[in-house]
This record gives sequence, C-alpha cells and structure tokens, in this order.
Amino acid sequence: MHGIDAPFKCPWGAWREAFNLLDCRPVWEAYYREIAILADIAAVEARGVTKIFGQGQDGVRALDEVSIAIQQNEFFTLLGPSGCGKTTLLRLIAGFEQPTAGEILLKGKPVEHLPPYQRAVNTVFQSYALFPHMTVAQNIAFGLEMRGSPKEKVQGVVEEMLALVKMTGLGGRRPAQLSGGQQQRVALARALANHPDVLLLDEPLSALDLKLRQEMRSELKNLQRRTGITFVFVTHDQEEALTMSDRIAVMSKGKIQQLGSPIEIYEQPVNRFVADFIGDTNFVEASVDGSAGEFVHCRAAGGLDFLANPTANAAPGAKVTLAIRPEKIGLRSGGEAGTVAQTVYVGTDTNYELSLADGSRLVVRLQNAVDGRAQFAVGDKVGIEVPAGAARMLVD
Amino acid sequence: MSVSTPSLAPSERVARAQALMRRRWLRSRYGLAAPALVIIGLFGVLPLVIMVIYSFLEAGEYGGVVWNFSTEAYVSFLFQRDIFDGHLIFSPDYLIIFLRSILFAAATTVICLALGFPTAYFMATRPAHQRTLWVFLITIPFWSNLLVRTLAVMLIIRDEGLINDVLMALGLIRAPIVMLYTDGAVLLGLLYSFLPFMVLPLYASLEKMDFRLVEAGFDLYATRGKVLRRIIIPLARPGIVAGCLLVFIPAIGAYVTPLVLGGGKHLMIGDLIALQFASSRNWPLGSAQALILMTGVLVALLFYVRSTTGKAQALHG
Repeated sequence: MHGIDAPFKCPWGAWREAFNLLDCRPVWEAYYREIAILADIAAVEARGVTKIFGQGQDGVRALDEVSIAIQQNEFFTLLGPSGCGKTTLLRLIAGFEQPTAGEILLKGKPVEHLPPYQRAVNTVFQSYALFPHMTVAQNIAFGLEMRGSPKEKVQGVVEEMLALVKMTGLGGRRPAQLSGGQQQRVALARALANHPDVLLLDEPLSALDLKLRQEMRSELKNLQRRTGITFVFVTHDQEEALTMSDRIAVMSKGKIQQLGSPIEIYEQPVNRFVADFIGDTNFVEASVDGSAGEFVHCRAAGGLDFLANPTANAAPGAKVTLAIRPEKIGLRSGGEAGTVAQTVYVGTDTNYELSLADGSRLVVRLQNAVDGRAQFAVGDKVGIEVPAGAARMLVD
Repeated sequence: MSVSTPSLAPSERVARAQALMRRRWLRSRYGLAAPALVIIGLFGVLPLVIMVIYSFLEAGEYGGVVWNFSTEAYVSFLFQRDIFDGHLIFSPDYLIIFLRSILFAAATTVICLALGFPTAYFMATRPAHQRTLWVFLITIPFWSNLLVRTLAVMLIIRDEGLINDVLMALGLIRAPIVMLYTDGAVLLGLLYSFLPFMVLPLYASLEKMDFRLVEAGFDLYATRGKVLRRIIIPLARPGIVAGCLLVFIPAIGAYVTPLVLGGGKHLMIGDLIALQFASSRNWPLGSAQALILMTGVLVALLFYVRSTTGKAQALHG
C-alpha cells in the first residue's frame, strides 16, 4: 500500500509507545486527502482501459478504451443497462480483473501490479458476500485483523461501525439471522471499517424492496458526506443515480456515453441512448429550418415547430432527431395540433399520449389537479406548447 | 373396536382420525423401509451379535468355538500366558499392530487430505460443464476391483517391475530399488485406494461454496494464505470431516492392501483378524480383536463429533 495507510511509527523507545497511543492516522488521512484535493489528484483514474473476455473471435469486448477520472470525495455513479461494462470497470478498480489494455491509477499511482489485498479500495458486493461462518462483528473486524490492527482498536472500530450503520447490539448475530437490509448494512460497515480511499458499491441496493431502497439511498449519501470517502457506485437504476450522485457516467456497450452531473445528464443528453435510458423521452424526427437567435428552428413532420438547442450538425435542411421530455411540453384546450389518444394516471401526474396530424405520437406529462382529476380526457383536441430550448437536438 | 361411535365428541373424533392417519403413514413408511431393514438386521446386526457371543467363548481346537464362557480372548489381547505356571505376562504384540494400523490410517488420511484438497479445489473452480468430467475421471478407479488395482500397483513397484526396469534400462541404478513389501508400499497402496474417497466429499463442499466470498476476502486485505485459512477451509469443513472419516475408518481396517503390498511382514489389524479366523483358528480372539477395533473407532468418532458440534454451538451463542 502507500504511505498514508502505514501509521507513522516513531522509532525511539518509550516515545514510540506514547506516539502510537495517539492514533494519528485519521489526521494524516484527512491531511493527505486535503493535499490530494488541492493537488487535483484523481482518486481513481482509468486511462484508455480495454477489457476483452475470452480469446480471438469469441472475445467479448466488455470495456472499450474507457478513460475516466473520479475525484476525491466524490459520489460517482456508473450507470447503464446490464452488460454495459460498469461492473467490469468496478472489478478492474478493485483488482479482481486485469485490463487487457490501458491502465488504472489510484491516487495517481498505477496499480496494475497490485493484487486486491494491496489496494486501499473496498467493495460492497451485490450479493453482500458476508462470511457465513463468522458473526457480524467478526465480519466487520476481518479487514482490520488482516492488516494487523491491535485487538483493542479493532474492537473500538467494530462498535463504531455498528453504531454508524445502526446495528448496535447485533454484533453477535450470524449473517443468516439478519434481514436483507441488515445484511446490506453489515456489508457497508465491513467495507467502511477499513477507511478505504475509495469505496466501490456494486448495485448494493438491488436486492432490497422499494421502501428500504429509498431509505438506504439517503443513508448512503449521508455516509459518503460524513466519511469523506470517494464512492464509486454501480447501478442500472436511473433514479438511484440521479438522486445520489455528484457525477454520473452513463455507459453502454463498453463505452462511456456521457459524463456529467445528474442535471446535465437529464437535461442535456448528448445522444439517443442517454436520452432514452434516463427518464422518458419523445423522439421527434425533424428538419432544420434555420437559426433563430440562440436556438435552432426545427420543423417536424407532424406540423410542430421547435426551438431546439443548437448542436454541431445544425445546417439548414439537415434531418435531425429531437429529444423532448414529456413534462416540458404544455397543453392547452381548443388547439388543433393533436388529439388525446390515451391517458395514464401515474399518481402525481397523468401521461397523455397524443396523436398528431401525421399519425405520429407524442407523450406529454402534466401534473394533476388538486383533486387528482386529469386535465384532459381521451378524444380532446389540444394545442401543444413547447418552450424554447425544451427540445434537444441529438448528435446521433 | 367400533370405527366411530355416535357418542364421541367431534373433537375426539378428529383426534382419532388423525391418529389413524398417523398410524397408516408410519405403517407405509416402515413398509417401504422393511426390505432394507431385514437385510441389515440379518446380515449386519446378527453377525455382530454372534461375534460378541463368540468373543466370550473358548476356542475350539480346529477352529470354531467351545460353548464355555471365557474372557481369555480379551486377556490374551494384552497378555501372554506362561506355558508352565499359567501366570500372565504383558505382551504388547497385538497392541503394536493396532497402533501401527492407527498410524498408517492417520498418515493415509493426512496425506490424502493434503493431496485431495488442491485436487478438489481445482475441480470446483472449473467451468460448470467441465466439472462433471472431472468427477467422472476421479471415479474411474472404482470400475475395477480393489484387488486387481492393488496387484497392478505391485507389478509397477516390484523388483522386476516397471519403475525398476525403466530406471535400470536408463542406467540410473544398477540394482533394483526394493519398494514392494515395505511400509512405504503399504502406505502407497492405501493412498491410492482411498484418495477418491477424500476428493469426492471435499469437492462436494467446495463446489457449493460461493467464490465471491474468496473475492471478498481478497478485497479485505487477506492474502492468499489467509483466505485459505480463514475462509475456504472453514467453509469446506463439512467436506473435510466427511472425507477424513471416509478415509480413516476403512483404512484402519484395510485387509487386501497390506496383505498384497506388505507381504505379510507388515500386518495391519484387518490382516491380524483374518489370521485368527484362518490359520490361527482362534475365533474368539478374532472376534475380540474385531470388537476392540470397532469400539475404538466408535469412541473416537463420538468424541470427535461431540467436540466439533460443541464448538459450532459455542460459535452460534
């Protein structure tokens, strides 16, 4: 491991004892963390990482030249459908797999040659992977014991961790005697007990039921803020990603499609995949008419006009795809632009599926009235209002 | 007995019906188990009873028994009677053979475990479709008779055997290395015969193991050795226990292997007992020796089981 993790040991006899009594590691850690942030060293960096499973023709390209820099103290999410390579990237960072090409750096140092047990990185596994033959306390103490921490200190940390994840008093239980949510907490405590530089979380909430999942979301976010540990969170759940992350990398087919804050990812999707994967989106084929101030004027086949955000391929006459979020479109009664073909009640809102003049469909999401009634009924003729900039022109 | 009397309360009738159902159920279960129980009773328990009785009788001059009660068989296990005045002299000859057998069986068990564990681990970590093939390969020795296989080992290691022939032809040695009829030959034979009995239960427990736990161990700073000691071995414990029992118990009573490869010079308990019934014609002594062996193994097993379950309970508490 690196210098930060080895507690500084003073070599002079009694002084050494006294010095070691003052457990300086948290101080050093915080200090180095500050320095690392000031020096702008990425907690985790991937440079041109490619991972191919299998040989030759049958080889599966799980990761394709992925480059990414995850900052200190960040809650970073890898978001994508199953098979997009997000878990592979996590396993490369943890050291369970070696990249076929490219390199992984932790705190600016290449770690290709380091086995998992020499990386200051811990993982919360999707299946939790708690040791069934050990108690909760033994599970949490495992990492510290393996690093040779003194017994009294391990005891203290275990208690502290149990309190942190609200499991005080359950240290003597076996994993099999715990509920799914409790096992999840133990897995978290076991990883956090080691004060890793980076905590890797592999879909840790996917096995929990909805209510518990929502609770754990805010708890995870709080834990990350309190501990100041860099979290790398893997999920296929866009809501999880949007609510918890500082930054999100949307992945598909072994490549990072878009990297940015939750707002950027949701409001400014760069391509069709991102727009489609995150949230609901209407895709409208349109042709560019010409520029109109800071926007581009586009005309769709259904007779609708849009003022879209400009992108590179915005030459007049070009065929483009526009992405419009359903909730950004307004409806007014008495128009002739479309007919309500179907309504779907979704609690706070109602989704209206409109049939346009050319037969194409457009989904609009409107908030319900106070009494929960929908604002329009099936068969109503409506006018459509799209605010300037609500439509986003996609690169592909 | 009448099937149902109208004077009975409904709850009582329900209870009766349930009892009847239960009796029927038990009857059908016993009925299904009966053939096996009869065979075990006739050919397992009955001979054991006969053996216990014989061990307390006097030996007939030409084999068989004389129906007089006697503890001579047990006494002569540890003592020799002076031919002239009949007083007892301590004679550890049989005891030494027993201890030797225990030593051989223990050595076989330990070496089988050391060799079998990596093999089982290797098998369990193969892709699922390859594992069946490996299990199949491990069971191949069972296709031929133990005696035949032991004789094959003999052909390989004897003075004019394969190994010596090759070494001599290569000019590495001038005179053959004596391997047959040594302790080493017996141990080799035992290892060869019992290795599959160790590998299979080990494989069964390792195959069920969740290898993500191994990854979790590595993730939590455990080196390879520590992962083995703290995670893999504790989780494979049921397989280790089963494998050790399956090797140790038959190994301690092994008969063919020490006879063929030890050449009668290196007796084990099995051969000693066989000897009493054959050339020595001392049936009571043979019975007593067999019972002493059985009791010893049972007591050891009981202690073992008690100690391990006690530990498991302590961990749970």
